[in-house]
Amino acid sequence: MAVTGILLVLFLIAHMLGNLKIFFGPASFDHYAHWLRTIGSPVLPDTWYLWIQRAVLGTALVAHIWSATVLARRARVARPVRYAHRPKVHGSYAARTMRWGGVIIALFVVYHLLDLTTGDLNPVGDPRRPYANVAAGFAPERWYVTLVYTVAIVTLGFHLRHGMFSAFRSLGQQTPRGEARARAAALGFSVALCAGFLVVPFAVIAGLVR
Amino acid sequence: MNLTLRIWRQTGPDDPGRMVSYQVPDVSPDMSFLEMLDVLNDRLTLDGEDPVAFDHDCREGICGACGMVINGVAHGPERATTACQLHMRHFRDGQTIDIEPWRAKAFPVIKDLVVDRSAFDRIIAAGGYVTAPTGAAPEAHAQLVRKSDADAAFESAACIGCGACVAACPNGSAMLFTAAKVSHLSLLPQGQPERTTRVVGMVDAHDEAGFGGCTNIGECTAVCPKGIPLTSIGRLNRDYLRATRERDGVPGT
Repeated sequence: MAVTGILLVLFLIAHMLGNLKIFFGPASFDHYAHWLRTIGSPVLPDTWYLWIQRAVLGTALVAHIWSATVLARRARVARPVRYAHRPKVHGSYAARTMRWGGVIIALFVVYHLLDLTTGDLNPVGDPRRPYANVAAGFAPERWYVTLVYTVAIVTLGFHLRHGMFSAFRSLGQQTPRGEARARAAALGFSVALCAGFLVVPFAVIAGLVR
Repeated sequence: MNLTLRIWRQTGPDDPGRMVSYQVPDVSPDMSFLEMLDVLNDRLTLDGEDPVAFDHDCREGICGACGMVINGVAHGPERATTACQLHMRHFRDGQTIDIEPWRAKAFPVIKDLVVDRSAFDRIIAAGGYVTAPTGAAPEAHAQLVRKSDADAAFESAACIGCGACVAACPNGSAMLFTAAKVSHLSLLPQGQPERTTRVVGMVDAHDEAGFGGCTNIGECTAVCPKGIPLTSIGRLNRDYLRATRERDGVPGT
C-alpha cells in the first residue's frame, strides 16, 4: 500500500504543478501538454515515455487496489460476528473513509480520463487544444462538472491525509515526535494538493481562465 | 442507581448467541463494573438461572483477564482503565448498557463474555522469548541499556495481553499486541539474537491466527488499558522490513 501509494502521490504532485501552467496562457499550457508526449525524445520515439509512465502508474494503481482489497477482505473475515453496539471510529474521518473514498476516487479517475484525456465527455474534446478543453469543461453553465471535481479532490485530500501518515508508519516511522511531524506533513500536503488542483476549475468559473 | 443491561448470552461455541436484557436495581456508584455483574449473577443464581460468564482474575487492572466491550468501547468509557477498574460512577442512573464479548474470528466465544485468547499465546510462542544462559543471575550492570531504550521497552512490556486492541480494531487486527511484544524485546540487548526471526515469526503467527491487517487507524491505542503507543507498530514495521531484507544464514551480514 505504502510503496504503490507513494508512486501515485509523486504523479499527483507533478500533475498538480503541471496544471498550474494554465495560468501562463493557452500557448504555454498547450506547449506543456505537447511536451508531455515528447519527453525522452529523441532517445525514445514520441509518446514512448508517456506510455511507460502510464504502464508504471497503471501497475501501481492495480497493486494499490489489490492490496486494499486483500486488507478489506481480511478485515471482514477477522470479525465474523458484528458488534450490536458500535460507535463510529473516533480516530479520524480520513481513516474511516479510506475504503469508500478509494472507490470514489477510482470512479472519478475513469470519468476524468474520459473527460480530459480521451475527450469523450468534454464539450470540445480536442486533444490538440487542452487549454480549450479545460476552459470549456469547467464553464460556469457546467457547474455540476466542477462540483464532481471538487467532491473527488476533497475525497482525495482525505484519502491522502490518512494515506500519507499510514505510509510513513508502514515504512518504519516509530517516534512520537516523528508521528506528530508525519501527521502534520500529511495534513499540510493534502490541503496544498487540494488547493493546487481546485484552483484551476474555480479560476475558469471566475473567468480568470477562458 | 437502576440500570438496564443488554448482555450477549451464548451457551457455547456452537450457539449463535443473542443480546438479553436484565434490570439491575440498587447499584452503588462505588461498585466496580465486575462487582455490578457479580450482583446480577448472585440474583440469577438464586433465581435458578445461568449466571453470566465473564473472565476475571486480579481485579486490580494488571492481569489482563477481564475484558468486555461496554457500549461499543473495549473496557468501557474510561481511558487507560480495565473493566475491573471501571466504576459505576461513570454511568448514569437509568442508563442502558450494552455488554458484548471481544469479537474476532481468532477469539472464539467459549461462553457469554468469555473468549478463547490462546491465539495470543501462539503469537508469543512464535518469538516472544530470548535466549538466556542458565545458571546464576548475571551481574545487573554487566550489560548497559540506554535509558531511552529501557523506557520504551518498559512501556511496551506493560502490555497485559487483554485483547482490547483486537476488539477495538475495525480490521480485527492484533498488531498493537504483536508490536508491543516485538518492541519490548527488540529494544533490549538481550533480545538481539532473535531480533529478525522474532518479528517474522510473530507476524506470521498473527496472520495465521486469523487476525486482520493493520491500517494505522489507531482505535487500538485509544482503548489500550496500558496506553501502548501506536508508534510501537512503526517499530514492528521497521524490524520487519529489516528482517525481510536481511539474507538469512549468511555470516557477517
